[in-house]
This record gives sequence, C-alpha cells and structure tokens, in this order.
Amino acid sequence: MNSTPLLRVDGLTKTFRMYHLDSMLHAFEGVSFDLHEGEFLLLRGHNGAGKSTLLRTIWRSYLPVGGHVWYRSNHGEIDLANAADVDIALLRREEIGFVTQFLNARPRVAAQDIVAEPLLLAGTSQAEALEQARHWLDQFGVRPELWRAYPSTFSGGEQQKVNLARALILPQKLLLLDEPTASLDVGARAALVRRLSDLKGQGVAIIGVFHHPGDVAQLITREINLNTRVVADQSEEEDNVAL
Amino acid sequence: MSLDMSPAALTRATPRLMRAEPLLTMRDISKTYGDVRALRHVDATVYPGEVMGIVGESGSGKSTLLRMMNLEDTPDSGDYTLRLPNRDDGNLFDLTRYERRMLCARHIGIVYQNPHLGLLMRHSSSGNVAERLLIAGERSFDVLRTKAREALDASEFPLSRMDARPIELSGGMQQRVQLAKAIALEPALLLLDEPTTGLDVSVQALVLDTLKRLQRDRKITMVLVSHDLGVIRTMADRVMVMRHGEVVEEGLADQVFQDPQHSYTQQLVHAKL
Repeated sequence: MNSTPLLRVDGLTKTFRMYHLDSMLHAFEGVSFDLHEGEFLLLRGHNGAGKSTLLRTIWRSYLPVGGHVWYRSNHGEIDLANAADVDIALLRREEIGFVTQFLNARPRVAAQDIVAEPLLLAGTSQAEALEQARHWLDQFGVRPELWRAYPSTFSGGEQQKVNLARALILPQKLLLLDEPTASLDVGARAALVRRLSDLKGQGVAIIGVFHHPGDVAQLITREINLNTRVVADQSEEEDNVAL
Repeated sequence: MSLDMSPAALTRATPRLMRAEPLLTMRDISKTYGDVRALRHVDATVYPGEVMGIVGESGSGKSTLLRMMNLEDTPDSGDYTLRLPNRDDGNLFDLTRYERRMLCARHIGIVYQNPHLGLLMRHSSSGNVAERLLIAGERSFDVLRTKAREALDASEFPLSRMDARPIELSGGMQQRVQLAKAIALEPALLLLDEPTTGLDVSVQALVLDTLKRLQRDRKITMVLVSHDLGVIRTMADRVMVMRHGEVVEEGLADQVFQDPQHSYTQQLVHAKL
C-alpha cells in the first residue's frame, strides 16, 4: 500500500448562497483529513451536520468556497476543489464513484442496460457488459424478471439495488457512499457489505455516510464526527486528531 | 508518484489532467440584430465526446449561438475554430459560403426543433438522408441507399418506412429522419436545437434514449439546446446557462442543478416543477 495519502482534504469550507432569501448557509468550515488506499472512513453527525454535503463537495456536485481536496489520480496529482470541469468528468468516468440513495433512472431504459452502461463507456463489449450487469443485479437480489424492465416503475428498494449494481460494477480508486443502505432489505445489505469488503481489500478508499453504521461496522477504519470535528482511528481510539 | 504538500504546491493552480484539446472553441462572440443584442461576448468550449447543454429562457440567445456553431450566420465579432483531423480552417467565420456548406455537410450535423427546417418534406426519408451524402460527393446509388439505410437504422427509424415522405410521418419519426441525416457522414459535431420540444413524453423519452445510445456508442460530440431542464439534466455532461445573450454560468450538469452559483440559475432551478 502507498504510504502517501490518496486524498488529502485541507481546510475545506462550503457555504451556500441563497439569493431568494438574501442569506448564506454555512455547511462546514475548515474540514481536514487524510485518506489512504484501502481505508474506510465513516462520516458521523446529526441531521444537517454536513455529512452528505461534504461527500458532494468532494464529488464536486457542490462547489467549495475554500480549501483543497488533493487527490492522487492515475493521471497525476490534482486539487478536486479547483480542477477544471472536464478533469472532474474524466475522474468520475475512470476513478471516483458516488453512490446515493436515489436512482437517476432514464425513461425507457432497462435495468440491465442502466447497470451495464459504465462498462460500455469503459469499452467492454456489449455481451460481456450485459453478463456482468446481470451478475450484479442477481448479487443484490433483483429478480431476473425485472432485469429487462424499466426501473422507474420499481419500488424504492429495488431502484436502490439497481443503483448499487451500477455504481459498484466498476472498481474505482475512491468511492463515496451517501446512505447506500437506506432502503435495502437484509439480503441486499449483506451483498453490499461483501462487495465493499472486496473493494476495500483491493485498495479502494471509501468515505461513507450510513443511517445504520452498524451495517458496515467491521469495515470502518476511521470516523469523523462532524458535530465535534474529531477524527477517531478505530484501532487507536486515543489518537484523536482535532480538525 | 507522491503528493507534494509543500505550501508552494498547495497554492499553485492545479494542473490539467485532460490531455484532449477542445473540439469546438468560440471566443468573444457578439451579435446584434437591429436594436437587439442577441449575443454578448460569448465564449464556448466543447471537448470531444461530451454533451454540452445550453439552457435559458426564450430570447436568451441559445438558438442564435447554435446557428453560429452551424455557420448559418456570422457574428459582428469573435472567432470560431473546430479541431478536425488533417484540417486547419482557422476562424470558420472567415470561410466563404461554399466552404462553409462543404464543411458543415461533412463535419457538422444538426437537428432542428422544426423538422421543416431540416427536411425536404415531399422527398422520401431515405432520399433526405441521401441528399446529405450527395452534397459530400457520394454518387453510387447502391452506396447511397446502403448508407441511408444504416443511418436510419442507427436512428431507430423503422426501415419498412424508409421510402415514406416525412410529411406522412409523426413528429417523433420526423426527428429520427433528421437525426439520420445529421449522423449519415459521422460528423465530428452534432447540434441539437430543442430536438424533443413538441413531442409527447413517451416519444421524447425514445428520442433521448436514441441520442444517448449514439453518443455512447459512436462518441459523437453534441451541443444540445433546450429550455427543458429535465432533458438537459438527462443528457448533458456540462451546462451553459444563458440570459440576455450572455453566459451567466457554466459547469458540470449536476453541479449547476444542485448548487447553482448565479441568481438567475437559482431562479431557473427553483422554478422547475
């Protein structure tokens, strides 16, 4: 494993400007931490503490107003906080994954095609991509009769399974998880934990927000409490680092 | 490699990862029609393989900008370059009318909101596609027929109707013929001006799915103009927001919709049903 961090978040600050209210909303300020390959970092905090906002700011759905997110990509070192949009798009295609609890289903696109798309974009053949898509749909407990159906008609839990299969079909270097177990049944949660464990073992670095952190307790290596801004090492509780 | 965390490194501009140069570059485009300033100092950059969405209210200048990209009009000022293999045309606005026509026929496809602008309504659908091939110099009937068939098939047009005239077809089918005509010569750039406006939602979904598949399989670079934020959100990688002839915001599509920075973009996003 590389001893230098894969990700160094340094003084990251996010504020939303709301023109219609003529006000500013401060989400978080000065957040700093390192993340190494194979680490699983849990974000804790009460509702509104900024857990999901922090994930989205690293992913760049949200634009930070200060700080840096230094990331060691396969193409070179880059500050995600200030990188060009086309570079962020490139990294999203190749190295960084984001899983939300919501599926962005396109109308009239079958579940297996939604799941296969990241592989097709990466150049995998149609047949191979579909085979893998069906494998992962099966792993997450989506019944075969639904594979060629349109997910916009699925239940929330079924949609989430399709979402997970799509998000996790390609191994990434960095994986951001925003409450991925929110509406899953027990079997799908177990499949997710197995997949995350495999990915972690392959060196994928993971940052996650979980409604029930107990689901992934055995995978967590460190956690940050955004209420208190303290980083706690799971193996050495005394070694807390104030942010 | 290792991360350089020195203060100097942390304060320098982050380097670019993307090696590809932009396919389309427009700089400082301005255009006035009478008293109306349609475009004001607009810059646009589109990279190979991406879908650039342009949103804005009616009269914001988005369709005018698209017509400039299709060399249908010339701005009062500004430069436009396309990075095409084995070509260096310089500022495309300096080309003659004939040069523009040939360049567009070979390298730029367009689908208009109104099929009457893009199609000969009383010619056959296959003939409309073949016309694009004829302009580019193809003369063999068999080749014309084969290529027209391939383009119509790729656009998911039912081949049993390839000899029907567009005037006999539904709006969704007419858009597929326009699309087939636009992609027949595998253009470097595909321009889409409100391609699903006026179609019912189920047909709209099918057309968008076809476009998405073409973009994925053929890596066609697209510029998509729409006032429908849902369409842009579904299709675009990056988005430009226009108002009163100016670009007020540009960014990754999810960022522009989830964390809009400009007051007008916030109004647009909040107004979406």
